[in-house]
Amino acid sequence: MSMLELKYIVPGDDFTRAGEASGDVKHKLKKIGYNPDAIRRVSIAMYEGEINMVIHAGGGEAEVNIDPDRVEILLIDHGPGIADVEKAMQAGFSTAPDNVRSLGFGAGMGLPNMKKYSDEMYIETEVGKGSTVRMIVYAQR
Amino acid sequence: MKISELAEKCGFIALNFAEDRDVEGCYIGDLLSWVMGRAKENNVWLTVMGNVNAIAVAVLADVSAIVLTENSALDSEALERAKQRGVNIYSTEDNTYETAKKIIAAIE
Ligand SMILES: Nc1ncnc2c1ncn2[C@@H]1O[C@H](COP(=O)(O)OP(=O)(O)OP(=O)(O)O)[C@@H](O)[C@H]1O
Ligand SMILES: [Mg+2]
Repeated sequence: MSMLELKYIVPGDDFTRAGEASGDVKHKLKKIGYNPDAIRRVSIAMYEGEINMVIHAGGGEAEVNIDPDRVEILLIDHGPGIADVEKAMQAGFSTAPDNVRSLGFGAGMGLPNMKKYSDEMYIETEVGKGSTVRMIVYAQR
Repeated sequence: MKISELAEKCGFIALNFAEDRDVEGCYIGDLLSWVMGRAKENNVWLTVMGNVNAIAVAVLADVSAIVLTENSALDSEALERAKQRGVNIYSTEDNTYETAKKIIAAIE
């Protein structure tokens, strides 16, 4: 059991609501006086993962487990999966459609940001089944 | 320098003023995850993206304000979200290059 366990549904078709889960986590971490640098890293990494579920996977679920020394973020979707994870991780690689690009997405920087801002990141994915991204951010880097 | 002072010096128009934050430097970009990965806390962010997702990025990257250059539109949903989340938003008719020049002159 973690000190604080949070669960969110991330709706798939709603760009305007994307970011609500990570925003809420940021708010809660602030409230309990978590290390500001860790809060920033958690929020950015989680927002990128959240928005990826909205854009690429038709939504999903987010689970966040907060402990004094670390925050664990789980992002679970049942979207198309990622065929080539190594390629997807490359800065600049994106399959985002034009309508999404016009909103400012599609730089192909989301996964690299998640890697950069988390301390540990694991992707489990199967084409046609979905993806689970697990990230850990330590309170002290 | 405070954002209100910078805004006055550069002739920015406030679309939403929530909090008079410190400004330390500036970041320019329209690709959201690029900005998210690189903008620093208390930067003033110059962009043409006036949508709700830009507000989310401003909150998470903790910039001191968004400045929408070349009179780019802020949609009503984004304004609403900015009010809720306390994000400062300004507008200017200058292009991003001219705006950056004014900011440099004001800060230095
Ligand atoms: N949850 C996911 N399900 C399926 N595919 C994904 C998922 N997350 C990422 N991808 C794939 O990996 C690619 C790279 O993702 P990344 O977040 O780095 O860039 P992006 O989302 O395309 O653009 P940006 O994040 O810069 O707005 C995506 O274009 C998509 O093909
Ligand atoms: Mg992305």
